[in-house]
Amino acid sequence: MPGFDFSNFNRNSALHARGVPLPKATSTGTTIVGCVYDNGVVIAADTRATSGPIVADKNCEKLHYIAPKIWCAGAGTAADTEFTTALISSNVELHSLSTGRDPRVITCMTMLKQHLFRYQGHIGAYLVVAGVDPTGVGLYTVHAHGSTDKLPYVTMGSGSLAAMSVFESTWQPDLDKQGAITLCAEAIKAGIFNDLGSGSNVDICVIENDKPTQLMRNYEKPNERGTKERNYRFPRGTTAWLNQKIISKEDMKKYVTIETLSGDDNLAEKMEVDS
Amino acid sequence: MASLLDHSAGGQTVGYSFSQSAAAPVKQHGFYPYTDNGGSTLGITGSDFAILAGDTRSTSGYNINSRMVPKVFKIGGDEETGEGAHIILSVVGFAADGNALKERLDSVVKMYKYQHGKPMSVSACAQRLSTILYGKRFFPYYVTAILAGLDEEGKGALYSYDPVGSYEREQCRAAGAAASLIMPFLDNQVNFKNQYIPGSGEGHALEAKKAEPLPRDHVQQLVRDAFTSAVERHIEVGDHLQMLIATRDGIEEVFHPLKKD
Repeated sequence: MPGFDFSNFNRNSALHARGVPLPKATSTGTTIVGCVYDNGVVIAADTRATSGPIVADKNCEKLHYIAPKIWCAGAGTAADTEFTTALISSNVELHSLSTGRDPRVITCMTMLKQHLFRYQGHIGAYLVVAGVDPTGVGLYTVHAHGSTDKLPYVTMGSGSLAAMSVFESTWQPDLDKQGAITLCAEAIKAGIFNDLGSGSNVDICVIENDKPTQLMRNYEKPNERGTKERNYRFPRGTTAWLNQKIISKEDMKKYVTIETLSGDDNLAEKMEVDS
Repeated sequence: MASLLDHSAGGQTVGYSFSQSAAAPVKQHGFYPYTDNGGSTLGITGSDFAILAGDTRSTSGYNINSRMVPKVFKIGGDEETGEGAHIILSVVGFAADGNALKERLDSVVKMYKYQHGKPMSVSACAQRLSTILYGKRFFPYYVTAILAGLDEEGKGALYSYDPVGSYEREQCRAAGAAASLIMPFLDNQVNFKNQYIPGSGEGHALEAKKAEPLPRDHVQQLVRDAFTSAVERHIEVGDHLQMLIATRDGIEEVFHPLKKD
């Protein structure tokens, strides 16, 4: 069965009617921007994800791949931006395979708006779609209810006003690549510092005619954490325990298959953790 | 009753498989006199000092009102410099009520000195603050206050309050937006909760690490680490850290930068 599963709707309505609140979704309370220049387009995003007033992720990725030369910046409900862009990315690839042509930004934008309109805003994805295609440079915004805009510079998310103030005061019609990158980074920083829903780092994606797309992850890191003043390592034996049981690898092999990998640290992707 | 309030009466849009319990009360529009200005405070005492600290960010919603609005005050000192004060107060929650409460306690402590010819003790001030808060039991000051200074023996004293005046003397307390992030850290690092002395016994006989007053530089490090960490995970905390330290030589004030995102 394709599509969404609504089998819990009645139960959840019952719970909601009796005062059980909805679970809190992780929202990318976000600043995202986009700006065209002479030979391409730049999109940028901050990297903070929030759940209410709590920072859920200090360095998340809000720039999503749609096609090699079409990328999307997402604000709103994190899961919705993630799944919507992945779905449209998949359909765009099938479409370009079927037509034998490079995908167009306007096609993507249309597929996104039709998908979002069908769900009447319940899919909380607010997107900036950008790219280059055989017709030229494209830059659009798509709102969760399905409305779209086509503009030379755009902002979205809770930091959109802060970011737009930078565009409205310093944007010029004849920007070059570096000018557009710097302008977008400044707009994102206005969001990072003046909007509580945005924070941490600046991610940038540059899509240029006749050149491979450049994703500049953490292009700027204006909010690095300082070192802690004390050491919080506990001496061994600090935790109380009542008994211990040692299960050897030999014992484990009776129940599961164990395969030992080489000690190469680079074999598995490392998780980001605080020191 | 139901037919008067239920707008979809007669043609209910959703058919539930359960009986509709009493519908949510009809929304009344009205004036809400309180706002939450975010931020966090914390206090820790030592053998001969007490520290109160707070960040200086003032917020409303996703906006920053100001990056420099102190939440910790000297009570009963000079109007401009705060000189001569020996009691400190931190207030977090609704900033307007916090200010009003600070002003009121400040004048109370001054009047006490004029009328009795001696400075008000911290314990007396603590009791008075409780009375002031309870006096507005049905229109409370929307703040969590912490009062600190030195007691009659010269030891660090700290009293924490709820918005309607319930209070208690403690070794340490975190309040405000990031209280739930900071308080467990303080329990562990100041009162050594969940820490045992390695090798002191087996099972239930294992001896818990006993809390004892910490030296001042150690406490200041804990305060700074608590705030730099709270800034990482709470959006309403940031900009600057303000610390007031009450000692027998008076009150010292220290500022320290925090992240501004």
